[in-house]
Amino acid sequence: MPQHTIKRFDEELNELKDRILSMGALVERAIRRSMKALNKFDTDRARKVIDRDRAINALEVEIDEMTRSILALRQPAAGDLRFIITTIKIVTDLERCGDLAEGIAKAVVQNQERPLTNLDSMNSLADTVCAQVSISLDAFARGDVNAALTCVEGDRKVGKLFKAMQRENLSYMIEDPRQISVGLAAFNIGRNLERIGSHAANISEMVIYMVKGHDIRHVDHETAAALISGDMPDHD
Amino acid sequence: MTYKLETKNVELWYDDFHAVKGISLGIKENQVTAFIGPSGCGKSTLLRCFNRMNDRIAGCRISGEFLLEGKDIYDPKVDVVHLRSHIGMVFQKPNPFPKSIFENIAYAPRIHGVVKNSADMDVLVEKSLKRAGLWNEVKDKLHQPGTALSGGQQQRLCIARAIAMQPDIILMDEPCSALDPIATAKIEELIDELKQTFTIVMVTHNMQQAARVSDQTAFFYLGELIEMADTHTIFTAPGKQQTEDYITGRFG
Repeated sequence: MPQHTIKRFDEELNELKDRILSMGALVERAIRRSMKALNKFDTDRARKVIDRDRAINALEVEIDEMTRSILALRQPAAGDLRFIITTIKIVTDLERCGDLAEGIAKAVVQNQERPLTNLDSMNSLADTVCAQVSISLDAFARGDVNAALTCVEGDRKVGKLFKAMQRENLSYMIEDPRQISVGLAAFNIGRNLERIGSHAANISEMVIYMVKGHDIRHVDHETAAALISGDMPDHD
Repeated sequence: MTYKLETKNVELWYDDFHAVKGISLGIKENQVTAFIGPSGCGKSTLLRCFNRMNDRIAGCRISGEFLLEGKDIYDPKVDVVHLRSHIGMVFQKPNPFPKSIFENIAYAPRIHGVVKNSADMDVLVEKSLKRAGLWNEVKDKLHQPGTALSGGQQQRLCIARAIAMQPDIILMDEPCSALDPIATAKIEELIDELKQTFTIVMVTHNMQQAARVSDQTAFFYLGELIEMADTHTIFTAPGKQQTEDYITGRFG
């Protein structure tokens, strides 16, 4: 795409994109580290995740200020407008992902006396969720609609893994009532992971809007695919 | 779909210069249609064709069809004066006649015999000035010169003058480019009200103005119509890369 006649506008948009990707990298790291802390019973690592959430929050505030400034001073239109709207939306998703990772880290600290075991299902869910976040951020960075659509579809898998984890967790609690408090903590961590997965899908939906101008939220997969391929006009 | 105004495969040359190239488009009734595009793209030339203002320009040749409610406005039988009473025009710079405010409105209806007596003329002048949002500002000085008004008031006087002939269509060629933001806002508000009664086609270089006031937007480049769609689509998700580049300030 050609540059703007006003070069400073290009610089501002590039800076904004860089900030979003920096924030995304911090969020990805927070999720991975919180899961590592959980697996290694490492409360020091967990506390670092909790501390570093402040950096994610600070980026959210900074990005919001940048978008406000661009809206007020540049009056973006068309693709630029869609990019700005996308950043406004996904910065909130990323900040929530950071909070949810922080929540996992807090659970590690709170359960240090009775560490969680039987983590295979949860790790499988976490791996899938991390991959979802990674795909959504790559899709944003490259404007890759196909990757974004793959991520949106992948949220079903996240849902299935979460349900499987819940069932397994429930069976442990039924077998041994002493496992109930640990089981509830595990359930909450699984819920956090599932929520992160949903935020990744939200980000991907916004990437599709950013690139194609189609709002595929709350439509089924076939309709979304038809909208993206241009076979169907937008719903009003 | 039937359009109020329609062009079919219109070509226009100024001598050897091919200014308008194969343009087919439709203007919907009671809507505001904005023509946008860089200087020299043919948008004002096309606008002027709608009331045959290019007729007197030496070396100007036009082909294709211009249809007003399905009837060819370039048909030799068409009376151009009559046509222009149906299709009014407001120009870039306010151009009131060097006459009183009252006479600016009354002049054309009088010579066209639109009203029969002075009482009817008083009613028409008041009604036109009210519709142009100018009555309260000028009602006590109707016999002062129109040229003594501010730029924004003069432009509203010109709109009132166009309305007085009770046209179907009002063409506006950059109506706010000589006005300050407040006067511009008043004209834009007026355009929004006038579309209830009239079909409006406006040329503007101000894209935010096109976004604010128009229902349909047509983007022209180098004499061609690149894209025409509802304004929301043009400004949020245009279909053509050239439109996107122009709208987002990436041109040239």
